[in-house]
Amino acid sequence: MTLALNVFTVVCVVAGAIFFLAGTVGLLRFPDTLTRLHALTKADNLGLGLIMLGLLPHVDGPFGALKLVAVWVLVLVASASASQLIARSVRKDQ
Amino acid sequence: MREFLLCAAGFVLAMVALGLVRILRGPHNADRMMAAQLLGTGGIAVLLLAAGSGLPAAVDVALTLALLAAFASVAFVKSGKSSGSGE
Repeated sequence: MTLALNVFTVVCVVAGAIFFLAGTVGLLRFPDTLTRLHALTKADNLGLGLIMLGLLPHVDGPFGALKLVAVWVLVLVASASASQLIARSVRKDQ
Repeated sequence: MREFLLCAAGFVLAMVALGLVRILRGPHNADRMMAAQLLGTGGIAVLLLAAGSGLPAAVDVALTLALLAAFASVAFVKSGKSSGSGE
């Protein structure tokens, strides 16, 4: 059982790290501001979600797990609204 | 498992540091803000990985960082207006 949980953690954390890599590559290589915003806000939040998912078996108790999920949900809500605001300010400047 | 989580944290930190090149390149101020946002998200991931490898209090720090990163973006959008009023 422990081995299965460890394998689950490794798979999820590695997948999350790959999404972080994709987000950074997108931020550095995409041609204009809006496409870079697209790369950043989607890939990184998915990467964070996968890392959070991978860490869930290692926290103690349901409240610790709830806290991890709360961090991710807060990041999702915050980043979705922040990306809308940034995109609107970019469009107004153009 | 602990070593693996620390290695993953180091990798994510390296990705965030690489993303900060965008602050140097610009060209728009929003691009620089996006790199700061990447620092926020990546920092939260590193803190969660640290919490998984035996430092449970780091989750609280991650929660605070998530809140501050959101405020930073809102402050950036509002600072573009001369009156500071925003939308």
